[in-house]
Amino acid sequence: MSDITDLGIAQLRDGIRQGKFSGREVADAFVVKVSRAKALNAFIVETPEHAIAAGKAADEALAAGRPLAPLAGVPIGMKDLFCTKGVQTTAASHILEGFKPVYESTVSQKLWDAGAGMLGKLNLDQFAMGSSNETSYFGNVISPWRKRGSNAAMAPGGSSGGSSSAVAARLCPGATGTDTGGSIRQPAAFVGISGIKPTYGRCSRWGVVSFASSLDQAGAMARDVRDCAIMLEAMSGFDPKDSTSLDLPVPKWEEGLSSDLRGLRVGVPAEYLVDGMPAEIAALWQQGIDWVKDAGAEVVEVSLPHTKYALPAYYIIAPAEASSNLARYDGVRYGLRDLPEGANLQEMYAATRAAGFGDEVKRRIMIGTYVLSAGFYDAYFTQASKVRTLIARDFDNAWAVCDLLLTPTAPSAAFALGEKLADPLAMYLNDVFTVPSSLAGLPAMSVPGGLDKDGLPLGLQIIGKPLDEQRVLNAGLAIEERAGFTARPDAWW
Amino acid sequence: MSVDSATVKKVASLARIAITDADADRLVPELNNILGWIEQLGEVDTKGVEPMTAVIPNTLRLRDDVVTEGGQRDAVLANAPQGEHGFFTVPKVVE
Repeated sequence: MSDITDLGIAQLRDGIRQGKFSGREVADAFVVKVSRAKALNAFIVETPEHAIAAGKAADEALAAGRPLAPLAGVPIGMKDLFCTKGVQTTAASHILEGFKPVYESTVSQKLWDAGAGMLGKLNLDQFAMGSSNETSYFGNVISPWRKRGSNAAMAPGGSSGGSSSAVAARLCPGATGTDTGGSIRQPAAFVGISGIKPTYGRCSRWGVVSFASSLDQAGAMARDVRDCAIMLEAMSGFDPKDSTSLDLPVPKWEEGLSSDLRGLRVGVPAEYLVDGMPAEIAALWQQGIDWVKDAGAEVVEVSLPHTKYALPAYYIIAPAEASSNLARYDGVRYGLRDLPEGANLQEMYAATRAAGFGDEVKRRIMIGTYVLSAGFYDAYFTQASKVRTLIARDFDNAWAVCDLLLTPTAPSAAFALGEKLADPLAMYLNDVFTVPSSLAGLPAMSVPGGLDKDGLPLGLQIIGKPLDEQRVLNAGLAIEERAGFTARPDAWW
Repeated sequence: MSVDSATVKKVASLARIAITDADADRLVPELNNILGWIEQLGEVDTKGVEPMTAVIPNTLRLRDDVVTEGGQRDAVLANAPQGEHGFFTVPKVVE
């Protein structure tokens, strides 16, 4: 039999049902793969027993003739931002090292209820703040990809870099991600996999370590569009425990998949053609336009005039919300406590937070605190919130003339670890194409389009109307079928 | 607007993050670089524009004002760095 770990979610699900292999065999194959890939540093904690239990449960259900759950026996990776009962949950920070939640996040619970198993907790940028996975307290995640003819360690993207690296290296067929300003789509693009962020409110935020609550949204990362649809279906749904959860039925996205785009209008936003866009990215974008035309869509030019203000607005709103959300780490209720000799309560707070947060997290808390402080609130936070209204309005206006938008996912292919670390602004600019749709709460996905001259993957992004994940997935599928992306990294790890 | 070392220390104090003088000096150019960049938002005409408060139209739900999950003291305290007699403990606050 060919290697089980080369199969995706749909193939594993169907193969277990058809008795081609057992759930136990699937779990064992991936567990071994994970245990041999330490060089990628994709996992903070490995949980083979959880994956094996799910595999055995699927086998027992099948033997007993019971109906199998949608993901019965499929092992996945869980971004270490989701609270998992009894399993360390850190958000890749020192301040939460050793934290074992006494509850399960809604999204992870839904996946376990659907029969999936957990291979482990995936590394990420600390508190999901970063675009390269270099801010984790538990060390950098390494991309399985390398430039042709080079051994330099490449960034897997961020913040869901453990997820992207693990899926690309076939350590798991799918993984959860979270996206605040591009943290699912940019890493997916960097490693040649697919990733979807649904409409804000589709996936419950309950039990997900908060970064910027008005933006944070969970989503799925997998090797193809169908697998993303299957996984997202299992993760989505109303949750009374999240006040921003949408009380709507979850569509049957997998059943609805169709790469026939006839009758759809795909908008190409002129403002995304930014200065200095590499020729290869521009060429891939044009290729994507040709692909959706080939699939029957009509392509129209649209304007999103406030695009250039999305990033600066994001870097006020997200740090402001983070500074408020992260106030909870006080060394009293959970996590690290640093109590210097003779310190009072205030000094304990300050010492704990100084010791527990990494540099990027501190930087964002400081910016957030500053823009919310008396005298600056209106100039920064209120103005950014108004600009956010204008950015959302740009999209609304675009929907008058098109059904979807097509753009590149990131302004470059993956960069080397360390390349942008010294310049926070250069790092922030990597999210230029993903942030606007996050600010507007829209569903968006990245699918692989091809390789650049160095042999590194490039992604195309599809943005949809609110609640229209189906067309986003369908356009993704149309591109996937035409791109025929089969490249994979050589296994050096 | 730009920050100096004293402002950085003030902000760190508001954020309850202990920093040294050297940290503050290092953060001044870093933060000014970022603040200088976000300053460009000032050029957007936002007259008559409402600040966004909810990204997807959604109404906040109400539930009955009753205890839904109670009696979980030990679970609540399970991850406390220090707890005694069923309470979180902190350094002495009242002299």
